[in-house]
Parts: sequence; structure tokens; C-alpha cells
Amino acid sequence: MSTTVWIILAGAVLTFLTRIGGHMVLSRFERIHPRVEAGLNAVPAAVLTTLVAPAAMNGGIPEIAALTVGVVVSLVAGGMMPMFLSSAAVLILLRHLISQ
Amino acid sequence: MTADIAKENARPRDFAQGVRDSVPVVVAAMPFGLLFGALAVENNFSVFEAVLMSATIFAGASQMVGIDLFGQKVAPWLIVLSILAVNFRHVLYSATTGRWIAHWGPVQRLLGFFMLVDPMFAETERRGETHGTVSFGWYMGAALPLYLSWVIEAWVGALFGNLVPDPHALGIDFLLPIYFLGLVMSFRKRSFWLPVVLMSAAASMLAYRTVGSPWHVSIGAIAGVALAAIMAPDARKGRKTR
Repeated sequence: MSTTVWIILAGAVLTFLTRIGGHMVLSRFERIHPRVEAGLNAVPAAVLTTLVAPAAMNGGIPEIAALTVGVVVSLVAGGMMPMFLSSAAVLILLRHLISQ
Repeated sequence: MTADIAKENARPRDFAQGVRDSVPVVVAAMPFGLLFGALAVENNFSVFEAVLMSATIFAGASQMVGIDLFGQKVAPWLIVLSILAVNFRHVLYSATTGRWIAHWGPVQRLLGFFMLVDPMFAETERRGETHGTVSFGWYMGAALPLYLSWVIEAWVGALFGNLVPDPHALGIDFLLPIYFLGLVMSFRKRSFWLPVVLMSAAASMLAYRTVGSPWHVSIGAIAGVALAAIMAPDARKGRKTR
């Protein structure tokens, strides 16, 4: 099997463990420490931010503009689709206008 | 397969209701399922590998992270670790949803947890609140369309991805950061969201410049999580956070 397949299967096993693990571990405790709970609650925003910030840092005008529009549309409209479509539209438009 | 599971359940109407509840989620997830397939091929995955990843991992954001890092020629164990880092939130989903499905059989529970993606978590919480219980039939009715369409979209996207002539002009190379930004924004009702985002952004950019990729992911994430943990008790003492 290729390395890629091994990466996928290892990722699948670990993902499955996170999906059964929380139930198995946390069901043994009656209470979760507030600090632990707050930390875990912050995991998605913290992880996903690290995937956006460097891309924004390395981006040009179209990329920065697209992300800015994405934030504004999220705040105004909510939901993933309006944000995603408008942000992508700004990106594609500006890349065509500011080519090279 | 879907018919068998519906038959096994005492209340087939639950299964049908689950299917109806899944429709908006299936529609909303469709572009990302296709996008994943296209990006996977773009990052040198074969069509088979793209489909395998969607079928076995079944977690959009982590799959995107996986192929993104794969395209950057990062060490395999780091890619696996990054997938784990992105999916670590499922530990909380598991603990929370586990209370609704504790009455299922062991195999049913394993199958249910396997399909516990973000929208299934949200829908299950809603179902439990409105009906007081979550049946296996309803859960499978909601989860199976989501799962099957996700796998088929990876396949279709991977085939279509080969045909995209200029990914840069179409913005495909930057759709991932936009998608991740959308996910970040979707969590904005949570406590300490803004401080966590600012801290993780600053730490990840600094780490990207100094330590390098992909460590900026772990370093930035740990900084944000630690900040939330530190801030937590203050909130309990009286400051309102929501």
C-alpha cells in the first residue's frame, strides 16, 4: 500500500478514536473542570484560525479582500454558504482584475 | 442497506424523518464534498485515495487540512497528527451525544460515533431536546444520506478536478482558507471566541515565520486553547461572556 493510503487509514483510526473516546473517558467523570471545558470549547476556533492567519499573511490584495468580505458577510448574513460564495467571488474577480 | 436498517428499527417513521432532517445539511455540504475531491487530485491524490479518505475519515475540515499538508510535502506522521488535532473537538461531541445514545446496542453506538460529524452532532442535540430521545432509526436516516453523498461527491469532485484548467484563476487554491474562515466564524457565539482567535492568529503567524510549517498549526492552537483555559475562571466570578 502507498504512503498516502497509510496516512488516510491512520487518520481514520485516530478520528474514530476521538469520536468514541470522549464518551468513554468523560462518562467516567461527573464533572469536567471548567478550565478543561473552556479549553476544549476553544479547540475548533483555535485550530482553524491557524489555517487562515498565515494564508492571509502571505496573501495579496485579492486574498485579503476576499477574507475581509467573508468576515463581514458572516457577521451580517450568518451561515456558511453566503460567506463562502461572496468571498470566493471577490477573490476570483480581483484576481482577474489584478493579474500579474 | 438503508432499507434493512429502517426495517430493523421499531419505528420506520423515525428513519424517514431523519432523512428529511438531513436534506438541508446534504445540500449545504455538497460544494465542500466536491471541492474536497477536486483539491485532493490537485494535491496529487489518486481518485481512489480521495474516495477512501472521505469514506474512512468522514470529517471535512480535517480532510482538507490533510490534503493541504500533503501538497506541501510534509512528513506523514505530521499530517496524521494534524488530522487528529483538527478532529480533537469530536471528543467533546462524543461525550455530549453519548448521553442521548447510551441506550443503543454496542454496534449501533460504534456506527453512530463513526458518523458523528459536526452537523450530525448539532442535529442530534436538537432532536434530543425536542423529542427527549434519539432513536437509532432517526440517526441513521439523518446520517446515511450525509455519508453516502459525501463519498460520492469525493469521487465526482476527483474526476472533475482533473478537468479544471487553471486553478489559480478560478481561486481553487485559496478556497480552503476561505472555507476555514467560514468555520471559524461559525463558532463565534462561543465563550472567549475573539480572544482565542486573535491569540491563535498571532501565535500561528509568529510560529509560521520563526519555526515554520506545519508547527504553526499546533503552536497557534495550543496558544488559543491555553488562553481560554486561563480566562475561564474569571468568567465564572461574574463577568458575562455570552
